[in-house]
Amino acid sequence: MFELSFIWAGIIAFAVLTYVILDGFDLGVGILFPLADGEREKATMMNSIAPIWDGNETWLVLGGGGLFAVFPLAYAIIMPALYMPIILMLLALIFRGVAFEYRWRTEHGKYIWDAAFFGGSIVAAFMQGIALGALVQGIEVANRAYAGGWWDWLSVFSLLTGVAVVVGYALLGATWIILKTENALQRRMQSYAWYLGAGTLAFIGVVSILTPFQDPEYFQRWLNLPGSIFSVIMPGAVLAAAWALFTGLNASKDAQPFIAALSIFVLCFIGIGISFYPNIIPPSLTIAEAAAPDESLRFALIGTVILVPMILAYTAYAYWVFRGKIDPEEGYH
Amino acid sequence: MFDGFTAETLARIQFAFTVSFHIIFPAFSIGLASYLAVLNGLWLRTRDETYLTLFTYWKKIFAVAFGMGVVSGIVMSYQFGTNWSVFSDKTGPVLGPLMAYEVLSAFFLEAGFLGIMLFGRERVGDKLHMFATAMVAFGTLMSAIWILSVNSWMQTPAGYSINELGQFVPEDWWQIVFNPSFPYRLTHMVLAAYLTTALVVGGVGGLHLLRNRKDAHARRSFSMSMWMLIVVTPLQIFAGDMHGINTLEHQPAKVMAMEGHYDSHPDGAPLILFGIPNSEEKRVDYAIQIPYLSSMILKHHWDAPLDGLDTIPDDEEPPVAIVFWSFRVMVGLGFAMLGLGAWAAWRRFRGRLYDTPLLHRAAIMMGPMGFVAVLAGWITTEVGRQPFTVYGVLRTSDSLAPVAAPAVAASLIAFIIVYFFIFGAGTVYLLRMMNKTPATSKLGLRDGPIRTAGITPIAQTNPDAIPGE
Repeated sequence: MFELSFIWAGIIAFAVLTYVILDGFDLGVGILFPLADGEREKATMMNSIAPIWDGNETWLVLGGGGLFAVFPLAYAIIMPALYMPIILMLLALIFRGVAFEYRWRTEHGKYIWDAAFFGGSIVAAFMQGIALGALVQGIEVANRAYAGGWWDWLSVFSLLTGVAVVVGYALLGATWIILKTENALQRRMQSYAWYLGAGTLAFIGVVSILTPFQDPEYFQRWLNLPGSIFSVIMPGAVLAAAWALFTGLNASKDAQPFIAALSIFVLCFIGIGISFYPNIIPPSLTIAEAAAPDESLRFALIGTVILVPMILAYTAYAYWVFRGKIDPEEGYH
Repeated sequence: MFDGFTAETLARIQFAFTVSFHIIFPAFSIGLASYLAVLNGLWLRTRDETYLTLFTYWKKIFAVAFGMGVVSGIVMSYQFGTNWSVFSDKTGPVLGPLMAYEVLSAFFLEAGFLGIMLFGRERVGDKLHMFATAMVAFGTLMSAIWILSVNSWMQTPAGYSINELGQFVPEDWWQIVFNPSFPYRLTHMVLAAYLTTALVVGGVGGLHLLRNRKDAHARRSFSMSMWMLIVVTPLQIFAGDMHGINTLEHQPAKVMAMEGHYDSHPDGAPLILFGIPNSEEKRVDYAIQIPYLSSMILKHHWDAPLDGLDTIPDDEEPPVAIVFWSFRVMVGLGFAMLGLGAWAAWRRFRGRLYDTPLLHRAAIMMGPMGFVAVLAGWITTEVGRQPFTVYGVLRTSDSLAPVAAPAVAASLIAFIIVYFFIFGAGTVYLLRMMNKTPATSKLGLRDGPIRTAGITPIAQTNPDAIPGE
């Protein structure tokens, strides 16, 4: 059971989940950016994530690099299969990433970088959702290579998951802003978060219902042990998180909505994991098949076991150093 | 726009384009991170305000350049899979873990401490701030170590075997990481990054000296960069020579292309200074050459025999003209750097370092030349490795992903448009910042913070405030 490839599947899943929840909220802030009322609010929103977005995106590099390292076959199949969404996501991340710096270096061109920040964030989120949907649909593999065409990723289902991720990230972003701000901006975000929360739950419902129809095997995984245990637990857990979200919003709590939104994402991620397991790429490539030789897995594991806890420690330290509410007045001396 | 090109050609153009843009930023940030650590250390030791002002100035420039490096780097980590998936599948077991180590030991370190370095001085105090600054510099060096190990393994593969699936599998990690060309390539690249940064700093110092030769900040940075040039350029030329000899041992065809040696020279090979490689006739037209000097440099004997490309099968030859020219550009610039450093040393010896406008103009001219030399050097070594991705073992044509040419063409056009727009704007902003003197309090439009990775309100109240400004 505890083969190296399964340990590694767990580590990669952890890296991807960490990426999704961390960059999820800062992409969400970008998605909500046009809703800012005036320069003060724009500055507040951007400053709330400026110290951390770079570290958050590094988890995406770890996801890509890690997959290359320990599941090179999966990496070699997913990237060509999702060619267009991945390239578009990368380009979107470029626009958004440079906006943090550039918008403060020009007065006349500032609107360009504000648009780049919003456009880059929403396109990156949408493409990540499409990539997820395309994976759930399944990817055609023959002779250790992607065997489909370059538009296979596009379907109603993948567009649906694309929109779902945009709405979900916006929820994360709104609850993060609630945590980091006060007054008018915070109150507006509370009302947005209400709608975004309802939208996220609706999308989770629709995608959950449609998922089993993408591949009959998904039915089996959820109806048989041990998956069936989760079939009972998951809806309840999601509802509990939703309850925490909405009560937190109604009671104007600072942190509770954010934590609840994160919990919803973690639960969905576990759900996807149950659907996929033991495959790494549905419908046919298993974790064990895609894994690099044990010697590679072992070598990479040594460093991971030592370095990841250190990374988590100093990342947490950086968040702690820059804790507290954002006050835009303090930003412009 | 790209009709008629094969997917392979387009994928090669795309990789060359994206990696060339990317390398510019690390080449600068590796050197600049170390320079910042030195400036901050000197400030803490001497409490001389000039160092602090320079630190604050260059860290803002660093933040912009670093941001551009991050976003162009993310593209690289996915490009292996999107366009070169067969390469990824085959080399993943060997190269993947090295790249994972790069992310874990370098990228996270840089990203994690950058915010504290840029804005955390007030929040964490001088000591922790110095630690964070040193960690960022250390992170950039770690990144160089791992990625150069990866590249060197592609040039001089070692410590592997090939399994039944055609994958490279690791046999000995020590041999893989410390493959034969790695120590030379690493030394050559890190020195190149330091020189590139020194040239930029020297160019900016020269610019401000031309405007005001009493400018204390310009004097300090110009002096530091000219010291750097005169010390590091000779080391770099020596390291480059060692690297070339190592290449001769492991990748002779590349050296033949660099030298323009189509023919073997059993009695000592001439050094071709200039000429026009003629690939049809397999000779160098209009060659200006110095007899025996190539054998002298490469073999340290004037009459040592040197093989030419006539000993290499045609389908294993690299494109000669590109390698031949890019190598000359790199070497020429290297000697120009040495000349600038020597000239500055002479003026310094005469006590005229800050009173020689012609020298300052030369420094401005040379300001961007480090980037040109780095690109020329990489073109030499990468094109010189062709037609292989893993030298001698895996051909470039066998590394390609099963992607359709229109898909690669469309993404290539998108990359070209986006990169010129984004990095063009970034370059304008960087030049605009460098155009202002370090003493300017408003370096950007707004005073104070930069936002790449580290700004929060409290830090902004007094980010490295400079008394009297």
